[in-house]
Amino acid sequence: MTALPQSTQKKLGLVIDLDICVGCQACTTSCKEWNASGYSAPLTDTQPYGEHPSGVWFNRVHSFEVTAEDGSSKTINFPKSCLHCDDAPCVTVCPTGASYKREDDGIVLVNPDTCIGCKLCSWACPYGAREYDSNEGVMKKCTLCVDKIYNQDLPAHSRVPACVSACPTGARSFGDLGDPSSAVSKLVESRGGFDLMPEQQCKPVNKYLPLRERVTPTASEPMELPNRVNNFSDALLKWVDKTLS
Amino acid sequence: MNPAFSVIFFTTASGAGYGLLAFLGAGSYFAFLPSHKTLIIVAIVVSLCLITGGLLSSTFHLGHPERAWRALSQWRTSWLSREGVCAILCYIPALVFMYASAFFDSSSPLVSFAGLACTFFALITVFTTAMIYASLRSIRAWNNRWVPVNYLLFSLTTGGLMLNAFFAWFDLSFPPLAIATIGLFTISSITKLCYWRFIDNGESATTAASAIGVAQTSQVKQTQAPHTETNYLQQEMGFQVARKHAQKLRRIALMAAFVIPAILLATMLLGNSTVSIVSSTLAVLIGGAGILVERWLFFAEARHTVGLYYGADSA
Repeated sequence: MTALPQSTQKKLGLVIDLDICVGCQACTTSCKEWNASGYSAPLTDTQPYGEHPSGVWFNRVHSFEVTAEDGSSKTINFPKSCLHCDDAPCVTVCPTGASYKREDDGIVLVNPDTCIGCKLCSWACPYGAREYDSNEGVMKKCTLCVDKIYNQDLPAHSRVPACVSACPTGARSFGDLGDPSSAVSKLVESRGGFDLMPEQQCKPVNKYLPLRERVTPTASEPMELPNRVNNFSDALLKWVDKTLS
Repeated sequence: MNPAFSVIFFTTASGAGYGLLAFLGAGSYFAFLPSHKTLIIVAIVVSLCLITGGLLSSTFHLGHPERAWRALSQWRTSWLSREGVCAILCYIPALVFMYASAFFDSSSPLVSFAGLACTFFALITVFTTAMIYASLRSIRAWNNRWVPVNYLLFSLTTGGLMLNAFFAWFDLSFPPLAIATIGLFTISSITKLCYWRFIDNGESATTAASAIGVAQTSQVKQTQAPHTETNYLQQEMGFQVARKHAQKLRRIALMAAFVIPAILLATMLLGNSTVSIVSSTLAVLIGGAGILVERWLFFAEARHTVGLYYGADSA
């Protein structure tokens, strides 16, 4: 049923720190690697070695230059995947019930056996989180690595989404955003985490952390340079240098 | 938005079919159309062919057309599902209406009530089609009240246009219908102009700044796209039509969909039966082509918020 659950027991999601992300694409490639053989397998590529390679991809890193009113500019590397919204419009528009939000953990999934591939969910999602697999004729999307995070065959530290495992800078955190005492909720609280496109009223679960304020160097008295030759060894080295050159 | 031909053809053809059915049904219930058994039956058959052809065409853009029946299940939340349910329900009164029109007198209550039910379900189905688009917050050009108003009006104008042609072909003169259709054309062209005014003035509340969560006053410039080639999102949602072409196409749509058919219907009122046949048939062909252009523009001019992640200034 494509009606959204009244509430979910957990709100599993990601917290992405834009201050840390360097845009290395490790999360996007490991996402592709894991999911190409997981719940949504295969993630079809068209012309992978041809002139116009394209394919199903759940996580993308954009790069923006943001210029503030005062003229200062910053680079923001911006990873984006499904935000597993509380009020997910992609779920309610689905005519078949293939799209659904899980009541126990809030993950938004597509059932590939009942999806008719009408693409309406991709129109309804303001973030562009939905992908159409033209080869399979069904919609696919980020599963929050549902086949990894509960996998008892994996060591406990690996039971996080592939993008989180791969991030070399620690810009991505995974946890229950419905629990105010969880590490991710505290992170959002302390750093002023925000929603993307709040005016679209989707109530995304995933949160983003803003760039930290930069400390601007202020003009001060010129420092007096220390006398370089202030001890015996320095003087000796200087004499050797002079003699040899 | 990418203007997929199957969806454009579907909304135009089934819109005309439902409009024709709505006219026939209301005409029978309120007894304002001259009763002509053959004409009514032929017109019902044509309307059902248009509706069915449109519905079949709409399944062509599905990844799994053989699963289309599943789309009838989620009518509680999904306008697409509601459209499917209404479209199928509409066949029941339409077939009863056709049967009753053939075997009963036009004044029989079965004919008139089946006709009324046809009008109701035909209009409801067109409304549900429009609401599929109008319910999407992600696309400002669709998420407004002009969309259902226009879908309903254009369905009625194309249906009325066809009914005028049927009257001409059956050598029946019925000026009130032509005058009513001209009236509908006038209203439709005004509401379409209002729609264009709405989409030209104003932007989505969602901006490139709110898309990535920076201050609204900042300038956001895309420095690097996620991929070297275009992806599904750009192909499906990133379709762009050059502004100068859009302006030209708007004029073509307005002339072909409303102005020229209205003039042709006016000449039909003045001419003899041959003139009536020629001008009403031309009006159907030109009006239909005009609605196809209008529908193409409806998709091509609509901008999706995802474009903000790919360098669009506004949505």
